[in-house]
Amino acid sequence: MSKFFSSRKRLSHLCLLLGGLLAGSYARAQETFPVNGVADNREGCYAFVKATIVKNGSTVLNNATLVIRNGRIVSVGNGPVPKDAVVIDCGGKYIYPSFVDLYSDYGTPAVKKSAGGYRSDPQFLSATKGAYGWNQAIKSEVNAATVFTVDGTNAASLRNVGFGTVLSHQQDGIARGTGVLVTLADDRDNKVLVKEKASAHFSFDKGSSTQNYPSSLMGSIALLRQTYLDALWYQSRPAKEGTNLTLQAWNENGNLPQIFEAQDKWDALRADKIGDEFGVQYIIRASGNEYQRIPEMVATKASFILPLNFPQPIDVEDPNDARFVSLSDMKHWELAPTEAAAFEKANIPFCFTASGLKDVKQLLAAVRRSIEYGLSEQKALDALTLAPARLIKADDQVGSLEPGKLANFLVTSGTIFNENTVLFQNWVQGKKYTVKDEGWKDVRGTYTLTVNPGNTKYTILLKGSAATPALSLIQQDTLAGTVTINGQLVKLAFPLKKGGEQLRLSGVAGATEWTGTGLDTSGKWVKWSAAFTAAATKPDTIKPKTAPQIGNLYFPFNGYGWEALPKQQDVLIKNATVWTNEKEGKLESTDVLVRNGKIAQIGKNLPAGNARVIDGTGKHLTAGIIDEHSHIAISRGVNEGSQSVTSEVRIADVVNPDDVNIYRQLSGGVTASHLLHGSANTIGGQSQLIKLRWGADAEELKFAGSDPFIKFALGENVKQSNWGDRQRERFPQTRMGVEQVLTDAFTRARDYEKAGAGKRRDLELDALVEILNNKRFITCHSYVQSEINMLLHVADTFHFRVNTFTHILEGYKVADKMKQHGAGAGTFADWWAYKMEVQDAIPYNATIMQRVGVNVAINSDDAEMARRLNQEAAKNIKYGDMTEEEALKLVTLNPAKLLHVDAQVGSIKAGKDADLVLWSDNPLSIYAKADKTIVDGIVYFDREKDLELRQRISKERNRLVQKMLGEKKKGTPTQKAAASMEEMYHCEDLQGGHQQRLTDGNSEL
Amino acid sequence: MAQETIYPAPPQGKTVYLINGVIHAGNGQVFQTGSLVFTNGKITAVGNNLPAPSADGIIIDLHGKHVYPGVIAPLSSLGLTEVEAVRSTNDFSEVGEINPSVRSLVAYNTDSKVINTLRSNGILLAQVTPEGGMIPGSSSVVQLDAWNWEDAAYKKDGAIHFYMPSLLPPPSLPGRFPITKDRAEEFAEKTGKVRAFLSEAKAYYQEDKRSEVNLKFEAVRKLFTKEQKLFIHCNLVKEMLVAVDFAKEFGIDVVIAGGADSWIIADVLKQNNIAVVLGQPHSLPVTADDDVDQPYKTAAQLQQAGVLFCLSNEGFWQQRNLPFEAGTASAYGLSKEEALTAVTLNAAKILGVDKTTGSLETGKDANIVISTGDLLDMRSSVVTQAFIQGREINLDNKHKQLYERYKHKYGLK
Repeated sequence: MSKFFSSRKRLSHLCLLLGGLLAGSYARAQETFPVNGVADNREGCYAFVKATIVKNGSTVLNNATLVIRNGRIVSVGNGPVPKDAVVIDCGGKYIYPSFVDLYSDYGTPAVKKSAGGYRSDPQFLSATKGAYGWNQAIKSEVNAATVFTVDGTNAASLRNVGFGTVLSHQQDGIARGTGVLVTLADDRDNKVLVKEKASAHFSFDKGSSTQNYPSSLMGSIALLRQTYLDALWYQSRPAKEGTNLTLQAWNENGNLPQIFEAQDKWDALRADKIGDEFGVQYIIRASGNEYQRIPEMVATKASFILPLNFPQPIDVEDPNDARFVSLSDMKHWELAPTEAAAFEKANIPFCFTASGLKDVKQLLAAVRRSIEYGLSEQKALDALTLAPARLIKADDQVGSLEPGKLANFLVTSGTIFNENTVLFQNWVQGKKYTVKDEGWKDVRGTYTLTVNPGNTKYTILLKGSAATPALSLIQQDTLAGTVTINGQLVKLAFPLKKGGEQLRLSGVAGATEWTGTGLDTSGKWVKWSAAFTAAATKPDTIKPKTAPQIGNLYFPFNGYGWEALPKQQDVLIKNATVWTNEKEGKLESTDVLVRNGKIAQIGKNLPAGNARVIDGTGKHLTAGIIDEHSHIAISRGVNEGSQSVTSEVRIADVVNPDDVNIYRQLSGGVTASHLLHGSANTIGGQSQLIKLRWGADAEELKFAGSDPFIKFALGENVKQSNWGDRQRERFPQTRMGVEQVLTDAFTRARDYEKAGAGKRRDLELDALVEILNNKRFITCHSYVQSEINMLLHVADTFHFRVNTFTHILEGYKVADKMKQHGAGAGTFADWWAYKMEVQDAIPYNATIMQRVGVNVAINSDDAEMARRLNQEAAKNIKYGDMTEEEALKLVTLNPAKLLHVDAQVGSIKAGKDADLVLWSDNPLSIYAKADKTIVDGIVYFDREKDLELRQRISKERNRLVQKMLGEKKKGTPTQKAAASMEEMYHCEDLQGGHQQRLTDGNSEL
Repeated sequence: MAQETIYPAPPQGKTVYLINGVIHAGNGQVFQTGSLVFTNGKITAVGNNLPAPSADGIIIDLHGKHVYPGVIAPLSSLGLTEVEAVRSTNDFSEVGEINPSVRSLVAYNTDSKVINTLRSNGILLAQVTPEGGMIPGSSSVVQLDAWNWEDAAYKKDGAIHFYMPSLLPPPSLPGRFPITKDRAEEFAEKTGKVRAFLSEAKAYYQEDKRSEVNLKFEAVRKLFTKEQKLFIHCNLVKEMLVAVDFAKEFGIDVVIAGGADSWIIADVLKQNNIAVVLGQPHSLPVTADDDVDQPYKTAAQLQQAGVLFCLSNEGFWQQRNLPFEAGTASAYGLSKEEALTAVTLNAAKILGVDKTTGSLETGKDANIVISTGDLLDMRSSVVTQAFIQGREINLDNKHKQLYERYKHKYGLK
């Protein structure tokens, strides 16, 4: 008997046949569902023998047996084969636990995105009917198990790539309720539910909510924080609240694994920070660019769910289109597949998800790509099986092959990550789903074919892949033919000589040999049989992969980022004209020594010691410029303009360290920026002072220890004068109403402060109480004298001080009142005429206020103008005859005072922070350029280094363009060149797009 | 005193002799201790060592002050809007896509309070330019000291404007935007419409006899005689290449307005004699990877390539900072005199008014600015006197008046 007709083959064949006969699922317990017909209960006992069983990522059993019964695993290894087991020969085959996906919406209804926003009518409360909470984006009451239903088509496509179990939830809203763990069995809903409530889900995306609030990322964050507090408060069932099913559900869900979807690496940190505040460790569904900030990801201590939707190469054939694709997008294309390897290397726990893939069929290819980029195969398998199961505490059910667990496993032709491996079967809850039949029997090899009458012998060779072998007739001239195997039936056809008629045969692949009938070349019936003589000589080959060539990471991930973050060093700036902003005034030919990030000494001929010496001859050294009113480096919305009071939102939560404007502003001598909420509402959000430490993360950018501030606004923006005719509902619509908003807010704050124990903690009022207690300070957007006067009165009534009026273009009319109150001013040099309330703005404003005794700063509110604040300051020399030294203070010392950081920055004085700018010329001249901009003694901008960076950008772009062109040539699918747009904000901007953002942060991409 | 009492100046009477000034002629020439003479509104002499002034003239000893040609502000909505956010004050944008017969000049409001704030910074002429749709109409050059638009007109309807649809979506929302086929199609369709319009207009212009008059075709007649120019507003390379092609196809004078990426194809522009009105240098780079100072140095790159260009600040009130835009262009590569030329003589050439203004040369209108220091640097630019067509204009404005009012309130000097 030839090797081919071994019993192994026969048995495995049997298995194929039986597969089709199975019906129902394996559960013997009494059911409530009546049976129509004759009951057909089966235990479904199977024994898979001679297999290579990969129990989990680290345990592989050779020649092992897997026994299953009633949909569960009975034994793995060398347990006995029960008598009533159907035995399946899996010689040469591999058995793996099937995959688990924690981030799925399988079987849940599709979610409609909200069409609401700036152009629709305002909606202040939730539109959800029922005893639920006030905000439509908080949907804790949603229980995915109650909306779940089996979806045969999707189940099949997930099974076909190896999944057996998914955690499904309705992907809609900021709090999304609970997820349900289900298998992908094609069975009644009741049978496939593994865990009804397996997880709770969150995101920053308000989804289908048509309610205005929140309209920004910082609003989403504030809403989450407030809801944590509300839920805690609700535990005492406060009578005033009545029944709130949303908060009730929130509390009930608290003990489940909490999964947070992040849209960006910084989002992961933002989510984690919320978690830290409320004692929750989120599992983070990553976005795919976390590799750019691995140390920060480690610090979250979170586990991650990593997507595999790596970007396609960009079609950069058209150079004029490619110009608009940023280097960071190109680099992300190249580096995205390194994500999992980077996580493994950093020991961050993670699993994979197929969500985000355009086509789930790409799953294994994407995992292989991760392996190619450094991920170990063991970890890759773990990330698809046991790791996700553990994360949601379902590893007692799924994730590995252990007795008692669900019989969810894969049968494959080889190791799972080999690209030639065929996934034959995916068993779910003990039920077989055939993924691919072809190749289960590996028929490849040499055969002797006998044709009768005549007893003519041919040698034929079946080669190619196991699934679709190809036939060759071996003789003097090898001739190609065809072979088709369909279950038990086979057919063969091949010519006997080149170009000649074909011999056509069909028959049965029997247990011992292939036999059948056919027609010879002359059309006469023949009988045939084929016997296996030798196995295929060549084993499966995989083309060897060379390690991919990839570029370096940049910090930030931007063309101008660092390859290694800069370190502090001592610096001696020699022989410069030093504008001290102190009583010493302007010192010629003077040295400044910087040690440990601080100004150590100012004098002549200072010894350098170990310090790096920078020649300042002919140059001017000033304190770094401080932009008191900036909107750079902010993610997804500068305004939470959906309500008139949003003191709960914080710019601190949405600082974006990747913004190239940080670098651009360093090139204009800016060293610190006060990031303000916009001016869409009367009491806006809390602001954040940052130092422009290019490359640092959001926390490191923050100016440590600085006093907290908050943005207020008055006038046309807050009364929505220029927002179009639909926006006429939000209170206030007049300056009269603005006063009432303020008075009401502070009255509530005062009462809140007095309220005793058990009060609902209110983040909005907390911030206002801080103002009342002189612990938080106001920067108020304002224009006309009446409103300025009004706010001063409100402040006097409530006994707090307005720290800064910003814009304040009519400040010159009430400078005496401002001075008396103790308010400072941050203004523009010469803006006017763009709207009604700036009709009396004059370029002498700063001068008058300053001469009356108000502390005045010039600020930008504009990412471009911020690069020229020295020039804006200089306009006060032109218009108001200000001295040069006083003019310089408008953008250095004076804003430092406004921000209460003049003890650290704003002048050149021993002991202060070494935030310095070395100018090529008199800093008030339009011809002056910042040659070096230094923060904490670190040179963050250097005009010479900048030239090198331009070279590097050009080289790196070219390298990646060539690489992507190569991919396109190879036939890799590409994505269209997409213009990378920057996120840019003004609080004043009245352009349509910007306005849309005022209420519709959600529409951003 | 009020804005209303800032009267337009009467015609020049006596001959004026400016002596001992640093004269920046606008054409690159500088006379260090120069003199300049003008009579009946025209410059009669300029240079060093001029003959002694006659006794019946007005002699102004400048003691080293700087003298400049009046700055020209191209592409401005000056006088067409007063309060940008208040719709009723806006007269720069008409309904419709192709409106070449619409004339900005007739809506130019000589009593706009913005005008005087420009004059006091040395801007003496402006190209009053319509917006909206694709061809919003014609622009005219006005001088900024007039009782009404008729008096103000310096060159009527000298340019037709075409705002080319952009190949890039407006940067209104952050994130990534595909350069979609749709946009390319829309671009092709829209530019196609304008191309078809010009083709028909050109054909119309060939034939004198007709039964019906088409005002839109009539309005662009002078494009084909080159008495008018077509200003094509666009910024990206592909858009500009299409603009260049328009010039070739129709045999007309094309000027590129905007031209943010013009530095990339400066040689092409030079080769085809296409002039550029460069949008404000005080802009952010077009892409994140661009040199951080790219917009600052684009002017110098055009200069080096030999492209005829001038600078614009666009907008209306913003134009008072136009000299400083030139200052920045100088900080980043232009010489100071080249930078001056970029807001004076080059602008005059591009707007077709260089026969009468743009530089301090004999025979030209006496459009003159006198400053205590460098006009292009806010650190030193203080305009003390200015003349339009020889008439000494009042440099007061609403802002100065409010300054005085509140100095008075606080007892400041």
